[in-house]
Amino acid sequence: MEIKGEIYRVAGPVVTIIGIKPKMYDVVKVGHEGLMGEVIRIEGDKATVQVYEDTSGIKPGEPVENTGMSLSVELGPGLLESIYDGIQRPLKVLQEKMGDFIQRGVTANGLDRDKKWDFKPVVSIGDKVKGGEVIGLVQETENIEHKIMVPPKVSGTVSEIKSGKFTVDETICVLADGTELQMMQKWPVRAPRPVSKKLLPKTPLITGQRILDGLFPVAKGGTAAIPGPFGSGKTVTQQQLAKWSDTDIVVYIGCGERGNEMADVLNEFPELQDPKTGRPLMERTVLIANTSNMPVAAREASVYTGITIAEYYRDMGYDVSLMADSSSRWAEAMREISSRLEEMPGEEGYPAYLSARLSEFYERAGYVKSLAGVNGSITVIGAVSPPGGDFSEPVTQNTLRIVKVFWALDAKLAQRRHFPSINWLTSYSLYSNSLSGWFAENVAPDWTALRDNAMDLLQRESELQEIVQLVGSDALPEDQQLVLEICRMIREYFLQQNAYHPVDTYCSFDKQYKLLKAISKYSDMATTALTAGVPMKDILSLQSKDELAKVKFEEDFDKALDAVLKKMDSEFADLGGN
Amino acid sequence: MTKEYKTIVEISGPLIFIEKTEPVGYGELVNINLPDGSTKRGQVLDTSADIVAVQVFEGTGGLNEESGVVFTGETIKLPVSKDMLGRILSGSGEPLDGGPRIVPEDRIDVNGASMNPYSRMPPEEFIQTGISTIDGTNTLVRGQKLPIFSGSGLPHNEIALQIARQAKVPGSEEAFAVVFAAMGITNEEAQYFMEDFEKTGALERAVVFLNLADDPAVERIITPRMALTAAEYLAYQHDMHVLVILTDITNYCEALRQMGAAREEVPGRRGYPGYMYTDLASLYERAGVIKGTKGSVTQFSILTMPGDDITHPIPDLSGYITEGQIVVSRELHRKGIYPPINVLPSLSRLMNSGIGAGKTRDDHKAVSDQMYAAYAEGRDLRGLVAIVGKEALSERDQRILEFADLFEDRFVRQGRNEDRSIEDTLNVAWSILSELPEALLTRVDNKFIDKYHPAHKKSN
Repeated sequence: MEIKGEIYRVAGPVVTIIGIKPKMYDVVKVGHEGLMGEVIRIEGDKATVQVYEDTSGIKPGEPVENTGMSLSVELGPGLLESIYDGIQRPLKVLQEKMGDFIQRGVTANGLDRDKKWDFKPVVSIGDKVKGGEVIGLVQETENIEHKIMVPPKVSGTVSEIKSGKFTVDETICVLADGTELQMMQKWPVRAPRPVSKKLLPKTPLITGQRILDGLFPVAKGGTAAIPGPFGSGKTVTQQQLAKWSDTDIVVYIGCGERGNEMADVLNEFPELQDPKTGRPLMERTVLIANTSNMPVAAREASVYTGITIAEYYRDMGYDVSLMADSSSRWAEAMREISSRLEEMPGEEGYPAYLSARLSEFYERAGYVKSLAGVNGSITVIGAVSPPGGDFSEPVTQNTLRIVKVFWALDAKLAQRRHFPSINWLTSYSLYSNSLSGWFAENVAPDWTALRDNAMDLLQRESELQEIVQLVGSDALPEDQQLVLEICRMIREYFLQQNAYHPVDTYCSFDKQYKLLKAISKYSDMATTALTAGVPMKDILSLQSKDELAKVKFEEDFDKALDAVLKKMDSEFADLGGN
Repeated sequence: MTKEYKTIVEISGPLIFIEKTEPVGYGELVNINLPDGSTKRGQVLDTSADIVAVQVFEGTGGLNEESGVVFTGETIKLPVSKDMLGRILSGSGEPLDGGPRIVPEDRIDVNGASMNPYSRMPPEEFIQTGISTIDGTNTLVRGQKLPIFSGSGLPHNEIALQIARQAKVPGSEEAFAVVFAAMGITNEEAQYFMEDFEKTGALERAVVFLNLADDPAVERIITPRMALTAAEYLAYQHDMHVLVILTDITNYCEALRQMGAAREEVPGRRGYPGYMYTDLASLYERAGVIKGTKGSVTQFSILTMPGDDITHPIPDLSGYITEGQIVVSRELHRKGIYPPINVLPSLSRLMNSGIGAGKTRDDHKAVSDQMYAAYAEGRDLRGLVAIVGKEALSERDQRILEFADLFEDRFVRQGRNEDRSIEDTLNVAWSILSELPEALLTRVDNKFIDKYHPAHKKSN
């Protein structure tokens, strides 16, 4: 089966081989150490391979083996709680095998071959099964039931089915045509797993972040981009999303990011509690960590590894959220490999296929009906890091053409310590309308009106600010000064949220609604008072207004808010006009 | 193995091409014997059965087709030993101080291996630099990489030296070992550093690698890797806390671009190679703390932004890899303020894990956020004042405007040898914050105002 060839040329991660005739994207083992690589170009009798590991010291003439398979991931029980590198090698196993620094040529299985899982069949002999259908269940972690499915292209009649404890590569089911099924299946990462139908997303992803849920919601099965110049709090926002979003499974891809930050994620995740179950969040998380100094080719592969795992859980009927931090690093990996291949560069040196690759990737998100007929979703949240904060660069632009939600992080806001520093004027969500039905039913009938009103005021604020820049705020008419004040309240009381504050870090829809409603109440009462001739400075100096700033930090939010609202009523009554 | 090839077919810039060789490994170290008897060193960049490309560190001057090429069969290694402390070495690791060669305890591949993210310990130990704008608002922690983004003509070297002199972990007597790598800086600048190291006795716990402006540019590509290899060795084999100062990253990137052009690569942004991000990451990422070891590597690189442009590819890509940046401002420097650090674009991403009760002080974050917000607003108001005049501002805005001046004058400004403890820094902060009306201190919890605000402190 395996045919041997040899190395012809080595230039960094790009190796040219001769003597074998591989297929495109076949995985080959290069050199005496068997470094893993993938065929990316075939030209005559030569094939070009991108190698996932450091190639120092590798010589022409060393042997090459073709595995005949394209780059695949192992799917089965044991994925959750794992921390992988870009090509699904568990980092913990790598550490045990070779210490604190990653040496090359070490292979490690994505799934543990020794661990036995308790398999409970749900089909019996004689049942007809087809691709995607569940044949049995495994309790993977406390709250996640892993559904063992028939691989997509397989179908037949069950002739033998087992029950009990098995490892992932033991046969648990045999079909009439002799096909043996194991709990583990392999899937090539670059091919999307098939579904029976894509559906329109209709429910929001609840993140507990006020500016995201309230102003710029993303739907379950939708796509969002967070572009941010460095230092604008992008990483914190993504981590908040991973921690708090209401999906069953979280796949977090640290693609080309900082080692120390990744360490923070790896350290923090296992300690985080799932707010809904009280269990460790890790029990429903898969982490993929490929830091910026790890091999560039593995970085290129990491997003595919991540989304394939996400698709696998989606096929079980789960809602999955996938964070790719950052897709710019991924695009840069493509650029780097492309330039080593001496391909004709497109815009800014990126390969001409950049746009196609990005859209293929984001298209793997969605709310779908699986082959077996259950609904599941993948929400993809991609970070982009535009160089110099310039949104006109190719990666950002190509991403924006695809995604439906844009959370524009703004370094200026971050400098003012306005967190999360998402700019409310440049961000957008195309889901606001399609989700308004859900909001009316589940939050409050007037939610969309409240939200639109707040957006409207913020828009007016930005226009007024231009005048203030020229003439100072005192020169504005009083009603406009009031608008500025209300907007300040929306910004500071509602939009600002402290990710490190134990209470404020997560904000339910109920609380969001009440907060916005309280600001709106002040706004209405102040307008009435102002029309009745109450001086502006009296309205602005109400204690209840300042106290409203702090209710979001209170453990007993409802009680604190009630007290503030009562005080507001009585203070306005004292002023008269209401 | 020590076969000498006389088959150079092309010499182009820093590259030579050799044909008809035995198989040669990628990245292998090469010795080149010149006709005049001298030797140069190089590294294999591209190897195939037909032709091998080698980059020559000391430049290709004097080379001709008669020169002999010997492939050593191993990648570039740095001989390391604890005796390196106190030594001055060239950019490629040869002694420059007239002392003996290093007797190696080990020889380590300078490219290093990437640290398994799973083995990393998130950095959280506060380093006190004695500079308020760093300790107070952009706190540095052990294992962090925090570059200084500066411009030509600004006192970044003085700031770096002050940090090297004063850096310590409060409560621990241990001083940092310093690994200093100069890349393409002038002889004068190098002298300045060396003199300061000698004067303060820092040289005894320092390893210095010098690649000066007139040394070959190609060598610059190896210099920081040598330095980081030495740093990792001292940190992880000898449990030392190491502070690495790399200066100047801009020169390093220029060398990288020069090499890329010589290799006729497709250039990326502004002519810098497309792999510059990965290449810089392979330097910066060699900072950190490993679980279960005592030592640490903290990086402080200096980078002069061409044309003070923070969006230039070098600071831009650096900013994406490093954990923040300290930005030196020309405007503050012109005002005569030292250290002219502008806190607004500066950032320490690991600050939150290094501060707070038990580490610095419970009010640290609140105080820092409050000063940031007020200073940012004050700077904006300065623009407004230029148009409408100070009188047109409201009472509140005038107070904030005054705060911005106070902040620069009392918090930012300090002496070149003034070593402020974190307590001092926070006290200065409170003394200027107390000039603002209390109602404006919205980012500070009332309990901190009661505890630290000078007006309340006295009454307590």
